Amino acid sequence: MRKCGPDHRALYHTCEVLFLKTILQAAFVFLICLLGEGIVHLFSLSFPSSVVSMILLFFLLLFRWVRQEQIQGFVRFLQQNMALLFVPAGVAIMENYSYLKGNVLPFLLVCVISTIVTFAVTAYTVQFTAALQRRRTKPQTNQKEDGVQ
Amino acid sequence: MNLSETAAYLTSSPFFGITLSILCYELGCAVNRRLKTPVANPLLIAVVLVILLLKALKIPYEGYNQGGAVISMLLAPATASLAVNIYSQLERLKQQLLPILAGAAAGTVASVGCIVLLCKAFGLDRTLTVSLVPKSVTTPIAMGISEQLGGVVPVTVAAVVVTGILGAAFAPVLIKVFRIKDPVAAGLGIGACSHALGTSKALEIGEIEGAMSGIAIGVVGLFTVILAPLFV
Repeated sequence: MRKCGPDHRALYHTCEVLFLKTILQAAFVFLICLLGEGIVHLFSLSFPSSVVSMILLFFLLLFRWVRQEQIQGFVRFLQQNMALLFVPAGVAIMENYSYLKGNVLPFLLVCVISTIVTFAVTAYTVQFTAALQRRRTKPQTNQKEDGVQ
Repeated sequence: MNLSETAAYLTSSPFFGITLSILCYELGCAVNRRLKTPVANPLLIAVVLVILLLKALKIPYEGYNQGGAVISMLLAPATASLAVNIYSQLERLKQQLLPILAGAAAGTVASVGCIVLLCKAFGLDRTLTVSLVPKSVTTPIAMGISEQLGGVVPVTVAAVVVTGILGAAFAPVLIKVFRIKDPVAAGLGIGACSHALGTSKALEIGEIEGAMSGIAIGVVGLFTVILAPLFV
């Protein structure tokens, strides 16, 4: 006998397969970006929409409304080609070279030195604070972990 | 049939800019694999190649940017997608929240302070200084800060890209030179000094590094928005 009404399992399966399609994953991530832009516009934030979208997506993952595997394909595609996405921004320097004329050397020196200093200060601060935190919490580590689990 | 008219027509098609960017980038990747030196950064090679080609063939930037804009548009979803990496390091993030926040705060102060001091030392004017201040954060945040403080936005974008290339190219060297053993510290450092471009390298170095670098983009960006106006 044939069943009447929709077969929910089949329907669910179709949805799964559809959601796994990279083009739909792309649409989903774009939708999140659109929402991010909407939030920035609505509240006139001075924060870029891409970071707002990042926070939005993080909470969607955190509340398990979205599972990592469901968008993994498109995410991998974007991240494997991340540096490529900066090519046009780099080429734009060609258009705006006149602003830098005569100041190229100091410009480059500022970039190089501050990049090294920023990396070192950040990384050492993290290591130092982490070591401090470990020393502080060591005597109570067991207790704390019991409390959490 | 007018050949030069056709060429002008074609080079202002979005497909031209997209194809040229991808091919130059892939060529940069190939050269990078061959030479195995950080100086041969794929992005750097791609940018130089595209600029040289456009100049040599007298193709206007506006034409190239029809396609360039499409590629740039993908930066937003790429940044948003870092949420996945951060989420996958949730436990580590919870455990090390304090070091991460402390590192990001210290990195922001170091970056902004260092730039202001260096610009003074080199005798750069205020406009240029203000344009350089946000250079360690991701492009859209940097553009916003620069505009707000009265900087020249294109100079800021140039500085952001140059800094990003530096970070991406030399991140492994920096980790080695400063003997950073903790992957959380290394990742956060990369993200703090060279935003999403550095993060692309951090993702290659390791999962933890990539996620932490992604966190740094957001947190350092936020701190810079708050701190930058106080320094200049």
